[in-house]
Amino acid sequence: MEISTLDLKIWRGDAKGGELVSYRVPVREGMVVLDAVLWVQANMASDLAVRWNCKAAKCGSCSAEIQGFPRLMCKTPLTEYGGQVTVGPMKAFPIVKDLVTDVSWNYQVNKEIPPFTPSEKDTLSSEPWRMQQKDVERVMEFRKCIECFLCQDVCHVLRAHDMKTAFYGPRYMVRIASLEMHPKDTLDRRPLLKGKAGIGYCNVTKCCTEVCPEHIKITDNAIIPLKERMDDAYFDPVRAIVRRLGRRERKADRP
Amino acid sequence: MSAAPYETVETDVLVLGAGGAGLRAAIAAAETGARVQVVCKSLLGKAHTVMAEGGVAAAMHNVAYQDSWEVHFADTMKGGKLINDWRMAEIHARESPERVLELERWGAVFDRTWQGRIHQRPFGAHTYPRLAHIGDRTGLELIRTLQDRAVHTKGVDVHMEVTVFKLLKADGRIAGALAYRRADGSVILYRCGALVLASGGAGKMYRVTSNSWESTGDGTALAYDAGAQLRDMEMVQFHPTGMVWPAGVRGILVTEGVRGEGGVLRNKDGERFMERYDRDRMELSSRDVVARAINSEVLAGRGTPHAGAFLDITHRKPEYIKSKLPSMYEQFLKLANVDITRQPMEVAPTIHYAMGGVRVEAETGASTVPGLYAAGEVASGLHGANRLGGNSLSDLLVFGKRAGEAAAGAVEVKSETAALDPAQIDTAIAELMAPLDRVAGENPFALQAEIQDAMSAHAPIVRDGPGLEAGLDKILELRARARKCGTGGSNTLAFNPGWHTAHDLESMLVNAEALLRSALERKESRGAHARSDFPGTDDELTNVNYAVEKTPDGMVVHAEQRPPMPDYLAEAVHHSYARYTPEATE
Repeated sequence: MEISTLDLKIWRGDAKGGELVSYRVPVREGMVVLDAVLWVQANMASDLAVRWNCKAAKCGSCSAEIQGFPRLMCKTPLTEYGGQVTVGPMKAFPIVKDLVTDVSWNYQVNKEIPPFTPSEKDTLSSEPWRMQQKDVERVMEFRKCIECFLCQDVCHVLRAHDMKTAFYGPRYMVRIASLEMHPKDTLDRRPLLKGKAGIGYCNVTKCCTEVCPEHIKITDNAIIPLKERMDDAYFDPVRAIVRRLGRRERKADRP
Repeated sequence: MSAAPYETVETDVLVLGAGGAGLRAAIAAAETGARVQVVCKSLLGKAHTVMAEGGVAAAMHNVAYQDSWEVHFADTMKGGKLINDWRMAEIHARESPERVLELERWGAVFDRTWQGRIHQRPFGAHTYPRLAHIGDRTGLELIRTLQDRAVHTKGVDVHMEVTVFKLLKADGRIAGALAYRRADGSVILYRCGALVLASGGAGKMYRVTSNSWESTGDGTALAYDAGAQLRDMEMVQFHPTGMVWPAGVRGILVTEGVRGEGGVLRNKDGERFMERYDRDRMELSSRDVVARAINSEVLAGRGTPHAGAFLDITHRKPEYIKSKLPSMYEQFLKLANVDITRQPMEVAPTIHYAMGGVRVEAETGASTVPGLYAAGEVASGLHGANRLGGNSLSDLLVFGKRAGEAAAGAVEVKSETAALDPAQIDTAIAELMAPLDRVAGENPFALQAEIQDAMSAHAPIVRDGPGLEAGLDKILELRARARKCGTGGSNTLAFNPGWHTAHDLESMLVNAEALLRSALERKESRGAHARSDFPGTDDELTNVNYAVEKTPDGMVVHAEQRPPMPDYLAEAVHHSYARYTPEATE
């Protein structure tokens, strides 16, 4: 059905507070939510703050909550809704203004994750590296991430409980998975996962997977395998016994 | 309004832009021990580099053993219709394999050959399969790798969502820059020993473009204002395949990778029309040729319902398409409701890239102003009259590194305490704040739309003298109006896009004026610059580039002779099988 005008409600305000403001927007065929928001900015409210860049779902800038659901505005056609749409900022992050939130915490977390670390042999070798397609395909899924932070926004550990000091969030589980499963990486990030990254806080509700615009199976392919790696190292009862026995034997062996 | 207070940040090398070139320059500069401050208009990792889809061109000969730097060099020169800076093209072809392998060692992941080497795909006007890639999101891989490398490199600091509006000189050298924070409008004075421009192109001066709001040509305008020469400004690339329908998505890029993977172009009669324009290379001809072919088909009445051409890859297996072109599949399904494994795409040319820009020295990226360097799209020379797909990502890596190193080197011979002129700073800040005092002035978004309409009408794919003249008159008129424009209604300093746009207009207008003036001077057709009143390529102009400079009397364009190629390069061009396609004089 052709819609001629849209009732677009946009949350306007700043850290001190705000409210939904209604705008009437003429609709063209194929318009996405971002088009409508930018139309308002150009024609009705020039100080409407919104982030966007590529307009093709490749940069992950225009994250917002559309009808309360975390989505990219550039990838959400208006035809999915009737004549009325409500757009608000991501709720897990502090508001800067209107649809713009302060996402700088995410960048700090990224700095804390030890970077890609190949072996010394690989580093010193002057030969181009050889890797098999099926080995690199495993991490390619994680490297599709466009850092829209929608998974961070929907994660209840960060959103409802605001435990940013205890848990890095789904985005950085994906990041750590892309490093841990890289065929040439040698670093062990399991202590980080158990400690500061707080992977134990994820209770596998899979909300992050549901909102990912790149369709990364965050929970199944990144978080659960990382939990398994971490559990293997720290909480496997059989290994714990073997480790304890091993220690005793070593003590007994001592002269 | 009196000048606002500002905070001061000291650094050795200031890098404008955090795309591929800016980040590569920052890493290179920091590795020499310099303090590096990166400043970008958006968030880190969102720069236009993410839009690069197809791959990065490097003669690693993993797929075609015959490939070599000489062949890559000749392809680049012939594709650029021989007006490239040949030394840049040589450096680029020689060094890009090393830069790609280096990226892999920093954690980038590329598609592999069966032997486990980096896979390379064929692309327009490259003689051999040459583009290292990962599906159709190579740019994202590149920027994420560089981003993570940069934030973990000692000495690199990034300021996000900060826009530079003025370059400052002391004793004829670049010694700083003024910028404002987008979030709250506060002003920062950066003091630096050297400055690298890596701010990308100016596609936003056209209506139909694959570029984002950021691409307003800030770097070229800032450099021009600081007295640096610009070059080849008439050369802007129309990418042959942008989306045309629905209207809301018009201009969004459809990667050349579709054609690289075997996609064919047809007109509304089902004819594979490229046969008539470039029988040898067909769809994989250079971008200028394909874009003009689609344009001609539409003008001849053989266009698709939405004035474009059909791009068809349905003869490939659905699984193959989804693995090689995943984001294209997703993009068309989601935005146009087209399943590209079963239906053809509708495409038309879209403004994509500026070959022209700041005039730089091939070895170092140094501009004509001491202390000012440029790399990536904002620089000029490598691509000549037409850029080959995949050459921009390698450009970023090769010349980003060189510019970063050279800028860091230039700092050593420079005292830290340059005497900046406080009056100049106050004037610049007052100019920045001025639109806030006249909120009722013209709406900057409306002016931006007028610039886009003027450029689309007067500097289209095929230009002519009277049209360019009319365009120039319009742009000069808009420039006068832009100087008096308001903010669209609000005088807040807090994240006010109307105010930001009022300021971006000046950059766009400098770029537009330079384009029109240079295009008027180049009285021939060559590469991206086609003129219906001068349809042939003039061999006399093969050694000529047009340089743009700011003088007390305004903008001046002058022709410059390029020195001839040394013999070994001339031979590489002579021996290559690549086609050189000058326009026939009718």
